[in-house]
Amino acid sequence: MEDKAIICKDLTKQFGDFVAVNKISFEVNTGEIFGFLGANGAGKTTAMRMLCGLSFPTSGEATVAGFNVYGQQEKIKRHIGYMSQKFSLYENLSILENIEFFGGIYGLSDRQLKEKSQELVNTLGLQKAAKKMVGELPLGWKQKLAFSVAIIHKPKIVFLDEPTGGVDPITRRQFWDLIYHAADDGITVFVTTHYMDEAEYCNRISIMVDGRIDALDTPTNLKERFSADTMNEVFYELARGAKRSDN
Amino acid sequence: MNAISIQHITKTYDKGNVTALNDISLEVAKGELFGLIGPDGAGKSSLFRILTTLLIADKGTATVDGFDVVKDYQKIRGCVGYMPGKFSLYQDLTVEENLTFFASLFGTTISENYDLIKDIYLQIEPFKKRRAGKLSGGMKQKLALCCALIHKPTVLFLDEPTTGVDAVSRKEFWEMLKRLKEQQITIMVSTPYMDEANLCERIALIQNGELLSVDTPEKIVGSYPQQLYAVKADNMHKILNDVRGYENLQSVYAFGEYLHTTFKNDEANESKLTAYLQQKNNSGIEIKKIEPTIEDSFIRLMTEKS
Repeated sequence: MEDKAIICKDLTKQFGDFVAVNKISFEVNTGEIFGFLGANGAGKTTAMRMLCGLSFPTSGEATVAGFNVYGQQEKIKRHIGYMSQKFSLYENLSILENIEFFGGIYGLSDRQLKEKSQELVNTLGLQKAAKKMVGELPLGWKQKLAFSVAIIHKPKIVFLDEPTGGVDPITRRQFWDLIYHAADDGITVFVTTHYMDEAEYCNRISIMVDGRIDALDTPTNLKERFSADTMNEVFYELARGAKRSDN
Repeated sequence: MNAISIQHITKTYDKGNVTALNDISLEVAKGELFGLIGPDGAGKSSLFRILTTLLIADKGTATVDGFDVVKDYQKIRGCVGYMPGKFSLYQDLTVEENLTFFASLFGTTISENYDLIKDIYLQIEPFKKRRAGKLSGGMKQKLALCCALIHKPTVLFLDEPTTGVDAVSRKEFWEMLKRLKEQQITIMVSTPYMDEANLCERIALIQNGELLSVDTPEKIVGSYPQQLYAVKADNMHKILNDVRGYENLQSVYAFGEYLHTTFKNDEANESKLTAYLQQKNNSGIEIKKIEPTIEDSFIRLMTEKS
């Protein structure tokens, strides 16, 4: 049990007649970089919301960081990190103020906050910019900072929702260096992305189609199974038959 | 006369503190499918807003179809189609109502230019009574494209039309653009996705308000100055770190399944690097020469600039 960051069995979310997430079952190991892929409309966000303790499942079971998604949602929130493209940090607070704010929410003591602040600012090379408003930073810096803040309390798992969307190619790779570093530190990384080359950096990938998980394996095995050269081809094979998609 | 002519455009925000565009000059020929490739914050949207007469530049001039973006802005507004970054149609109006609205704004009707939008519209026609706000991401895009085409524009500006949309829908969208090109419409499209660059006739790579390169995709990758190698092993995370410690290394970047590397000098790199990696206890080592992609070129130009 200790070894699993996420355990999910027949997890389902239904809105009226519409089954957004249809009996998904999977496990994520501690320290794994797990890619959670799927076309838009496949049910990824709905599934993630349940796993982050933000929404009650309709049926099925799941534990995240050892806590139950039905009765222990607040505990889940305390033990995970979360970052998305849509929201990362407060634009009109400075870098230091954001670190203080989120660190506080995650329950860090004043002393820990001080230490972590320094460490974070130094690691990212933001010493000169520490008092600047986050809104003034280039996107790439914001994203790297947001990720670092999301793991400031060394959570068991960090959920990343399309963290590298629109970012320049060098920053994208620096971001993945940060992800690798976190995974090496024992933090499980649960990431969704539209960049198929990033799928290759994951230990395992799942691909959701129409509310179900239609594939779950290492990138190498998936490519073999679908006789594909790239993850892009695998994704295309699975996603194009979807009834629920951007089309 | 070029469809789009941009001469030394500079645009700043926040009393000159933020430079969005720095002395940009660019020409787009009539009927060209031209891509503006660059990440968020590069200046793409600012440039589009200047060309569609929604924003005034600090310095420089530009013309669209021969009309000046400042002096003749009304004429430009009548002959361009524009799909801005975020969904910009009326969420409370249905598909049909949105189209009718935009057609009448431009003094035309849906039937007058129906041929132009038919291929695209047929895909959303089953939903014509649905409110735009309730459409899926891909359908919203198709509707927005129809509304941008309804008055048969001569120049079409598409600002990141495929951002946030999945790989399958992206592919389909580009196929629609190719078919539009056959109608002699000049299309200027921006995207942060490097792989989409190859789908354009010519591209401009833009970063931090400056042009890194303007040419055909083939010529841009063709001018990559060194031999590029793809490197792979059983533990990719490990070899990334190992390769970084290799003496003759010039650059290394992760590219999905392989690392892309360049070396300081070109001597027997494949065998030497293999030996080095083996010595570091890597297995399943594969090294081969490869042709660069647009993304390789973009990274190269970015590092040269800084």
